[in-house]
Amino acid sequence: MVYDIAIIGAGVVGSLTARALAKYNLNTVLIEKTSDVAMGTSKANSGIVHAGFDAMNGTLKAKFNVKGCAMMEETCKALFVPYEKNGSLVVAFSNAEMEHIKELYNRGLGNNVPDMEIIDAAKLKELEPNISDEAKGALWAKSAGIVSPYELAIGAAECAAGNGVEFVRNFDIDAITYADGIFTLKCACDCEEIQAKFVINSAGLGAANIAKKFNGEEFEVVGRLGEYGLLDRSCAGMCSHTIFQCPNEMGKGILVTPTCHHNILVGPSSINVPSDANDDTSVRVGALREIFATAQKSVPIVSTRDMITSFAGIRAHSTTDDFIIQPAKDNDHFINLIGIESPGLASSPAIAEYVENMVIDIIGKPELKSDYNPGRKEPIIFRELSMEEKEAVIAKDPAYARIICRCETITEGEIRAAIKAPAGAIDVDGVKRRTRAGMGRCQGGFCGSKVLAILSEELGKPINQIEKFGGDSKIIYERTK
Amino acid sequence: MSKILNYDLVVVGGGPAGMAAALEAANNGIPEENIIILERAERLGGILEQCIHSGFGATYFGEMMSGPEYADRFVKLVEKTKIAVKVDTMVLNLTEDNQVICSNKDDGIYAINAKAIILAMGCRERPRGALDIAGSRPAGVMAAGAAQKFVNIDGYMPGHKVVILGSGDIGLIMARRMTLEGAKVECVCEVMPYSGGLQRNIVQCLEDFDIPLYLSCTVIQVHGKDRVTGVTIANVDDKMLPIPGTERYIECDTVLLSVGLIPENELSNQIGLEMDPVTRGPKVNEMRETSHKGVFACGNVLQVHDLVDFVTQESQIAGKGAAQYIHGAAEPEYVTCKGINGVRYTVPQRINKNNPEEVKIYFRVANVYRDKRVVVTCNGKELWNRKKLKLAPGEMENVFIKPENLAQMNAGDEIIVSIEEA
Repeated sequence: MVYDIAIIGAGVVGSLTARALAKYNLNTVLIEKTSDVAMGTSKANSGIVHAGFDAMNGTLKAKFNVKGCAMMEETCKALFVPYEKNGSLVVAFSNAEMEHIKELYNRGLGNNVPDMEIIDAAKLKELEPNISDEAKGALWAKSAGIVSPYELAIGAAECAAGNGVEFVRNFDIDAITYADGIFTLKCACDCEEIQAKFVINSAGLGAANIAKKFNGEEFEVVGRLGEYGLLDRSCAGMCSHTIFQCPNEMGKGILVTPTCHHNILVGPSSINVPSDANDDTSVRVGALREIFATAQKSVPIVSTRDMITSFAGIRAHSTTDDFIIQPAKDNDHFINLIGIESPGLASSPAIAEYVENMVIDIIGKPELKSDYNPGRKEPIIFRELSMEEKEAVIAKDPAYARIICRCETITEGEIRAAIKAPAGAIDVDGVKRRTRAGMGRCQGGFCGSKVLAILSEELGKPINQIEKFGGDSKIIYERTK
Repeated sequence: MSKILNYDLVVVGGGPAGMAAALEAANNGIPEENIIILERAERLGGILEQCIHSGFGATYFGEMMSGPEYADRFVKLVEKTKIAVKVDTMVLNLTEDNQVICSNKDDGIYAINAKAIILAMGCRERPRGALDIAGSRPAGVMAAGAAQKFVNIDGYMPGHKVVILGSGDIGLIMARRMTLEGAKVECVCEVMPYSGGLQRNIVQCLEDFDIPLYLSCTVIQVHGKDRVTGVTIANVDDKMLPIPGTERYIECDTVLLSVGLIPENELSNQIGLEMDPVTRGPKVNEMRETSHKGVFACGNVLQVHDLVDFVTQESQIAGKGAAQYIHGAAEPEYVTCKGINGVRYTVPQRINKNNPEEVKIYFRVANVYRDKRVVVTCNGKELWNRKKLKLAPGEMENVFIKPENLAQMNAGDEIIVSIEEA
């Protein structure tokens, strides 16, 4: 079969684009290199819906950020994805930095960012009692928010798959050829080729490479490593806004923010990585000490003592310092999305809409599906239900009465539903990102083997064939003698 | 809530602590049918079920047995009684007025009104994330106890070439266990200058198998994309920071962590019990009653023990205390206990001065000490002292307070346990 549209990369942008195009009568395939949705930059970032004052006036970053920020609440509501409009603060520690935040304020006005205010130290302390006494003031952007980035991608992919988009995992594109109006995508392994009439290259860090493989077009992209420490939920309340320091040439600096799941996130560092290390998301030795030392400048009480995990992600930084969203040279049926770094997450709903319109402009408006659902089946989140709702859910399915993950109160029912969902979980980390089982303070110490057993049962695979996250990441080996 | 049950005593956790506490409450006059044990695993026994090595029971039963055998003695005793047992049941929360909300597949979600509650949830292992270990996050890094469950209960090998970080007892036991199962254990790294495990385990699990123990040494980086391919280890200075130039790479496919146990205090925190920052368990009186009236705690949820024998003894105290509470006891008058001079904490943290029996105070020391005296004083008066050839953080110690000493104290007095020159 020849698909109408092939979308390369099931990150947040690719998945939201798949969801946007799923409303039409098109045969669409969403192709992912790894075993799951949101395995690259979308998995490991700050989860911030930026207000949009950072990007220079007139850039795509500015345009899509402000628009995406305005679209985010509704998008998340439709997809049942955790989102909170908590507002952000860029904190100044000197008169020079106060000047800097005024500049950001004016830039924000130029970008049409709503609801900004420059506040003094007293007001800042009122908003954030744990802020450093050294703070002189801040830029408060009330439209900024936080979102669970991987859940946004998962929700979008599940919506797309539920509306008929095919999701293909473990398809690592090795070559793309074009003949007679048809693109042929070959995988690095010898699995079946995929053919499509239109390609959207939203492969994140790999997008420049895919573009080059297609027609030799070169984009200059640098991978930037960002390392983070995540604090226990007992730290919730250390801050309620997303707290930035003044940005520098390497990005927006180290932030301290609550997450949608009531942890505190500290990071990221910003380190350019060599192009051959684009998939190495190792945390550097000593990195967390540096990150926390910097973070303590704005919020002195954050400490590695409360850390439950650390991680790193790599974002694709274009040397143009802007998003590149344009058709390939000489072929308007192949759209490249290059350098989608921060504020890529905030921009993602707007980028998806923009790409949708690009596609329609080129191929003509297809017929709309009559039964398109812009959402997905509402996931049952046991811990958030009232007692009556819990009883009702359990009456229908007793699997919701069996708690698998103690730290986060996740039931067997939720885990089974996450595996059965369209584009559902097929490994332990997939279950973790969809349900939070294993995300808590014991990090899967108690529930790990129970999750393995449920996956084994649902997927009909022996327990020692279940992987942590695809590839060669099996958790246990052969039987003991 | 459509289903509400009533029991005199609800015991949360059916491991050695919960079983001993429930049995002792019954021995002290609480009708068996008015006691219920709630256990989250599929059967009673707790962590002992996966501890198939010998070394349990020497103190309490005067004989050496395996973990499951030790547990089985208590399971059989419980089965002989009318004490109710619910397995595969998780307690979701406790309410201010001692109601226990729990859930399982057979009964759904329901509440139990309790006159007294004993918390006996045990402890959990510190995960990798709590440590500042750099590198990737591949499969093959797991807590030693989780690996023990895979090997001993599920019957699967978690790895073939193993580095163990932390010389806690589970790490030591697993070094031997993995070796016996045919894996190669490259080394055990311990960040402290001494092991946190029992001396007998260092001899029987490492030395007897020629497994090296590197002290003042830690894993600083994990390598491998999908599965662990190796680790970088390094020596650490007295601030426990890696010393540049001492790094070395060890090839392995598995890293087991035995870097400390933390009392499983989700419920204790949820009802806002007063906690001890050192033990990370609730503060209790000599009967193991917490700051919340009628809520008791015992075993590893209170303080992490080395030997199950002491868990049993402590839990019997809690069972008796809960029974006395249910029967109605006089208002206590408290003196407090504290450790100084190298004594990190004491359990209990407060004692009713009117207690008619001898009180055993457990404690741990902060460092390795040789040829010292352990001294107990109150108001400057020495109440007890004993010479010790060796004291180590890995071995729990205890002292005794006589009722006649307690009787002479005033409410609010402070009992001090300290280490002094011999």
